[in-house]
Order: sequence, then structure tokens, then C-alpha cells
Amino acid sequence: MRITELFQRGEFVLTAEVGPPKGVELDHLIKDAHEYLKTRVHALNVTDNQSSVMRTGSLATCKVLKDEGLLPIFQITCRDRNRIALQSDVLSAALLGIENLLLLTGDYTTLGDHPQAKPVFDLDSVSLIHAVKRLEEGFDIAGNAVDGAPPKFAKGAVVSPCSDSVDVQLAKMEAKVKAGCEYFQTQGVYEPEKFIKFMEQAKQFGVPVQLGLIIPKNVGMCRYMNANVAGVHVPDEMIKELQADKEKTKAGDTGVEICARLIKECKDYAQGVHIMSLGWENRIPEILDMAGIAPITPVV
Amino acid sequence: MLITQLKSKETIEALAQGKTVIINCHGCKEVYFAEHEADELQKDLSGVTQIITTDYICNPDNLKLQLQKHTDVINAADTILVFSCGVGVQTVAAQFESKKVYSCCDTYPLPGFQGVTPLNVDCGQCGECYLNGTGGICPITACSKSLLNGQCGGAKEGMCEVDKEMECGWERIYRKLEKLNKLDNMKYEAPKVRNYHNPNAEEPTI
Ligand code: SF4
Ligand code: SF4
Repeated sequence: MRITELFQRGEFVLTAEVGPPKGVELDHLIKDAHEYLKTRVHALNVTDNQSSVMRTGSLATCKVLKDEGLLPIFQITCRDRNRIALQSDVLSAALLGIENLLLLTGDYTTLGDHPQAKPVFDLDSVSLIHAVKRLEEGFDIAGNAVDGAPPKFAKGAVVSPCSDSVDVQLAKMEAKVKAGCEYFQTQGVYEPEKFIKFMEQAKQFGVPVQLGLIIPKNVGMCRYMNANVAGVHVPDEMIKELQADKEKTKAGDTGVEICARLIKECKDYAQGVHIMSLGWENRIPEILDMAGIAPITPVV
Repeated sequence: MLITQLKSKETIEALAQGKTVIINCHGCKEVYFAEHEADELQKDLSGVTQIITTDYICNPDNLKLQLQKHTDVINAADTILVFSCGVGVQTVAAQFESKKVYSCCDTYPLPGFQGVTPLNVDCGQCGECYLNGTGGICPITACSKSLLNGQCGGAKEGMCEVDKEMECGWERIYRKLEKLNKLDNMKYEAPKVRNYHNPNAEEPTI
């Protein structure tokens, strides 16, 4: 199923991110997905060599999850493939019955574990959305006809509501909507006021937006994100909150509470929530419980 | 060696709006410049208040010096059309922050010796100069990923995710367009996609 259908039905759409391992043993990922996510989120984003670190591929992992009865979202970046490979992988996704896409420019190669690799960026997030839309219309980006019934996807992208240059982000968001983007997931939000203000401006595009959350695991992680991760800012009070009860933070409970609170404060302004747990999938049910979000009936 | 090839007459006519000053750069021997064709075309343009033919406009100090005696007519102009390689256009655009500075040429590479590279700005010789839509800042060289459709999510406090010492090119482009009241430039009908099969440039017939 395409998650755009869920938005259309007015559902509060829940998604979580999972990252394929560096290696082909997916048992752990599958077990966690069944145990903690299947009845709590509608769909699972599968990252594409996240942070430019080489891992098992997103498309293959999506297929494995689908066969397990879960609903995957295929994340595609423009870092490693040119327009031929990107379009080919999009068609391959259709062939495998993967209907949800998240289309990204991608981190630069030097951020990851193969800094010597050639950065591709033949297309970018906007032109990739356009390319997928063209495939849905029966043509590739060069204008050649594609045989048979064209594929149909839910085309998603990302936006950073708490960026220090939110106007530049909104301009890009508009370009993505114009190119055919149908839903957005945001970068991690820690400042509800900024998110709400952003949503007031983003409303004009008429496209659903999921609030993005990164579970804050500890103070070091927050400081690291503040210094290095674009569009993410953990305010001082929240860092103090994590410092206050060290045992509780270490047990992960402070992070869970913070996420639940962020959901409550932003819920009325968003059309869903996207949780990036970075390995803490097991805490997602608690976050949702605490935020008052009931389990779901799985869709495939 | 580079080739600068004129953009089409219709494109250039559309760019020449209001009082127009033309700057030709005939400096560099490494650049093939279509002098004769440019002369012919410039004769037919309307609204031209001055044609300045000079050299090495890629050097900001030299450019300032060369244009000194034309200060009045440049201040009064609405538009500056530059006939040079991409570097020259960017240097002019940087010097006249609040003027519309347009590139009338597309710059292509020719294999071989590339000549003296200039100081602050760089041209990647992409063969389809984008400077007219980007406020005279080159997206190919000022953005680490050479993106054409706006900023990636990676800029932090205005600096690029790839090189924290470098300002994000797309943030610079956005701010420049904002200043020029030209943000609509970013609302493309179809997203821009680069043509890597560019050398449609004909061999120069000198
Ligand atoms: S856009 Fe940049 S690389 Fe392309 S011709 Fe213009 S200055 Fe050169
Ligand atoms: S941060 Fe800015 S300059 Fe750097 S790659 Fe992204 S858009 Fe380009």
C-alpha cells in the first residue's frame, strides 16, 4: 500500500527508521521490527547507506521486510548512482512491489567510511522526484517511453523545520512539491515552537508533513548534533533535563519522555510522526504509549 | 583552454532590459571568444548605453580599475551584460552586488592547458551557464555537490556540510536573489538537470 492513501484517509501516519547492517544478517532487524514496530507504526523507512557508510542495500532490505508482512519505504539518495541507475532502481522497486519512496540528495561521501569514493550527485532530491514522476507518466527523464503500465508510488522527501535558514528550506520544499512530492518527513525536531511556526508557513503547500524525532540518548549525542548535524538543535534546557537524573537518562527514560512530550506538543500541527531511533527500536512502543498514540492495525 | 560560445540571440535580447551596459572581456589567450559574432549581435540590441571592451575582468582589482572611467554610466544602468567566460561574469556580479548581471555566453572546456586560473571564483565550464538564474554565483563550483535545484539539507549556520570553512553556495545564491528581489528565479517549471554530454560547442574557426 502507498502511505499517501493513509494520509488521504486522514490517518495520523506513523513511521520509523531502520538501518540495514554492514553485512547480510538481517535476523536482528527483522526480529525487532516484528516485536516493537509491526503494530505501532504503519511503515518502516529503510535507509540508503546512511551517513555515507557502506551497508547492505535499501531495496533488498525493503523486499525482505515486505516478505515479512511489513510495509517498507525505500530511501534513495543521489550520492552513489547516476540518473540511469536511479531510474533503474525505481523501476526495480516497482517490480518488487515496493510502493513507497523517500527521495533524498544524500550526505556527501567524505562524511562516511569511504571518503575516497566518487560523489555522484548527477540528480538531486528535486530532479529525482521529477524523474519518478516522469516514470509514473510513462517516460524516463530523457523522454523515452517506458513499456507497459507505468508504476505508481508515494513520493516523499525531507525538510528541516528547525534549520537556521528556514526560508531557504521552505523554498526548496516548494520546489519539491512542484516536482511532485506528496508527503514530507522532517529532520529531528526538539523545538516545538519552531516546528509550529514552520507548519504555519508550510500549510500553503497542502502536502502532509510527519514530525521527525531523533531519540536523545545522552548529553554527548545532543552536543554532537548541535555542532555537526544540519537542521538539528537541542536547546539548553533539554540538555539540562538530560543531565539532571543521570541514571534515568542512562536507562533511556529521559529520552523517551522528551519524545513523548514533543509528540504531544506538535501533534495537532502534524499529519504524522517519523521516529529515528538509531538502534532504540525497543523504546518506540513506550514513546507512543506515553504520547497517547494507540497501536495500529498493520497495513501491507 | 576554454571556449565561450554566445547564447542565442533571443536569450540575450530577453536579458537586455532597461539601460544596459555591455562588458566584453578579450583578455585571456586561453579563451576562445566569438568576437565578431558578439559585435554583430550587440549592434542590434536596444537600450545599450555603453559597450566596454576590456581584458582580465576575472581579476577584481583589474576590473575595478578598468571600469573606473565608466562609473557614472554603470551606476545609471539597470542591467549589465557580460560577454566572457563564467569567471568574468561572476567577478562582475560580485562587484556590482545590487545590479542585474547576466552572462551572455556558455563556457565549455577544451582538453589541454587551461590557462591561468583566477582568484576568488571558479568556473567549472559546464557548457550551459546557470549564472543568470543564480544571481551571478556559480552553482557548479560554489556548491560542493554542484546542485542545481537549491540547497541540500546539509548547511549549518550558513556553512557547507562538506567543508565547514566554506559558505554554503546555495545559501549565498538564495540571499543574493533575495537582495535582487528575484527569488522567483528558484521556482523552475521543471527541475534543472545537467547535461554532461555538453560539448556541442563547435571547434573554433579562428
Ligand atoms: S554555471 Fe558556473 S560552471 Fe557553468 S559556465 Fe557558468 S560559471 Fe561556468
Ligand atoms: S551545504 Fe550548501 S554548498 Fe554544501 S553541498 Fe549542500 S547546498 Fe551545496
